[in-house]
Amino acid sequence: MPTYYTKDHEYIRVEGDTGTVGITHYAQEQLGDVVFVELPEIGRAVKQGGEAAVVESVKAASEVYAPVSGEVVAVNAALPDAPATVNEDPEGAGWFMKIRLADTGELAGLMDEAAYKALVGA
Amino acid sequence: MLNNQGRPTAAGAAGAQSHPTFTGNRALMIEEALLFEIGRADVTGVDLDEPEGIAFSSEVGTGSREENASGKRAFKHRLGGLERKGAIGLVGLSEPETMRHYVRLSQKNYGIDTGLFPLGSCTMKHNPRLNEKMARLPGFADVHPLQPQSTVQGALELVDELARWLLALTGTEAVAMSPKAGAHGELAGMMAIKAAIEARGEAETRRVVLVPESAHGTNPATAALIGFVVKPVPARADGTVHVEDVRALLGPDVAAIMLTNPNTCGIFEPQVVEIAAAMHAAGGYFYCDGANFNAIVGKARPGDLGIDAMHINLHKTFSTPHGGGGPGAGPVVLSARLAPFAPLPFLRRTETGLELVEDRAAAGESRPFGRVTAFHGQMGMFVRALAYMLSHGADGMRQASEDAVLNANYIRAGLQDLMSVPFPDHPSMHEALFDDAWLKDTGVTTLDFAKAMIDEGYHPMTMYFPLVVHGAMLIEPTESESRAALDLFIMALRDLALRAKRGETERFAGAPFHAPRRRLDETRAARAPVLRWTPPEPVRDAAE
Repeated sequence: MPTYYTKDHEYIRVEGDTGTVGITHYAQEQLGDVVFVELPEIGRAVKQGGEAAVVESVKAASEVYAPVSGEVVAVNAALPDAPATVNEDPEGAGWFMKIRLADTGELAGLMDEAAYKALVGA
Repeated sequence: MLNNQGRPTAAGAAGAQSHPTFTGNRALMIEEALLFEIGRADVTGVDLDEPEGIAFSSEVGTGSREENASGKRAFKHRLGGLERKGAIGLVGLSEPETMRHYVRLSQKNYGIDTGLFPLGSCTMKHNPRLNEKMARLPGFADVHPLQPQSTVQGALELVDELARWLLALTGTEAVAMSPKAGAHGELAGMMAIKAAIEARGEAETRRVVLVPESAHGTNPATAALIGFVVKPVPARADGTVHVEDVRALLGPDVAAIMLTNPNTCGIFEPQVVEIAAAMHAAGGYFYCDGANFNAIVGKARPGDLGIDAMHINLHKTFSTPHGGGGPGAGPVVLSARLAPFAPLPFLRRTETGLELVEDRAAAGESRPFGRVTAFHGQMGMFVRALAYMLSHGADGMRQASEDAVLNANYIRAGLQDLMSVPFPDHPSMHEALFDDAWLKDTGVTTLDFAKAMIDEGYHPMTMYFPLVVHGAMLIEPTESESRAALDLFIMALRDLALRAKRGETERFAGAPFHAPRRRLDETRAARAPVLRWTPPEPVRDAAE
């Protein structure tokens, strides 16, 4: 299950033609305590780099951008009621949505784990 | 512990804990309960006589008076099914109880009249008392917006005079006085831009507004609210916006750029003239967020920088109370290209005096996009702002800007060896910006540092804004502070900074220690806000 990263600190973990999307550990650390999450509706078409969700912390509100184009096929419905999950387990239980990839070629433009770690200085 | 005069002071929280009081009060610092908790439902502070000779009927009636059997006049109300069925639970308090509650709360408030208020981007400057005296003159304070215009010519003259000052200070063509706050003026300015684009027949094509990443949050919100598509302009590593980055985004689809100058990092945008020229060459307009105009009044005219529209926060730049207190006022100045689209109402001088133009039919050649307020703007703020201008004079306002910039740089110079400055290559304008790089590995965060400032008797600076700076601390002292006050502030922050660097995390983790309330749980307040007071569970009788 390869995981790819964006410069805006989203990750996508790809399984078959579907990817699980969320924000990285580094992103949740920068945001601080997450207090609000807004998810897209299932079935919505998203474009790579386009707004897909909203995350708000005690410090700032920001958009979560779709790492790839495709269709939202599932969302983490438990998240809006338990936004702290984004802080506790961002790359596990704190996932945002699953996107069915329209074009796996788009993944080539994203970072792998090593490149992302280099970006955030981890 | 010694106070700044060398006299011993109380031992603070530790002392309070070791001598708990029966009431919970700490000397004259009263532990104030909510109004609902002070009052009692079975009493009332207003004692009205029972009505005599009148009986109320709960039957639905026509409201007509009828004599009932006992000879009393019976009133039937017309509320239908809407009358109240039970008690609403309002508590009763006497006048002294009510008054004391609010006076005690006001004593807990920290404002510009209590001490240094370094909230960056907010310009918490002193409000001269002369302004207040002028605003209370009955000719200004007691006028009504629906009075015949012939009876308020003095008030209209004042609005016109203030408008002339604003035009002179900004080097622009027209000003809409009615917007009620900065973001409202911003909206009016952007609507004028939209109207100008519509008049050119380009409403369908020019839909993009460029907003730098360091902008005030209201900028993208304003553009989006009136249907523009917002595109961010990346921030450069030196905290400024570069003309090449703007040029790269320009095209026939771009309606305007919204730039704050001086920007939210407290830096004067060095390429502002080039950015304006590039925007105009591409057929778009240049909106400037005037929130930081107080740094350049009398030094640079926005009109000369190529700005087409800019709101002016009278409540920041020209004193007048704000920040949880008085209302704002956000007149927006417009260039010659946008002047015809200025909103209603506006003033026109006729042979008989000043006249308010209130509808399009009377607007002559201009094409106002509409109106943004019911009446004419914040009259009380207009009086205060003009009083500030006239008492300072043109030279005095220039000096106020210079002193504001000097004070900010004095603070920066006094702290930059201990705290880190994110953009050391640019001098600061009216506010000094620090990041949290200097706190790395200390276990102390920007939030902790701000809370510890409360213990030292200061309102914290703006923190975590601008977003482009990590752990930002934005300090705006304004021109109001004396050098002695700045020195004390700097020494207090230096003391805290040294403690942080020495690893005295306990000084910060629990701060504030001396405030009426300790550290509030901001996360829980945001995640699970309690928006409604509910009475506590009744206390069981001790005999049970």
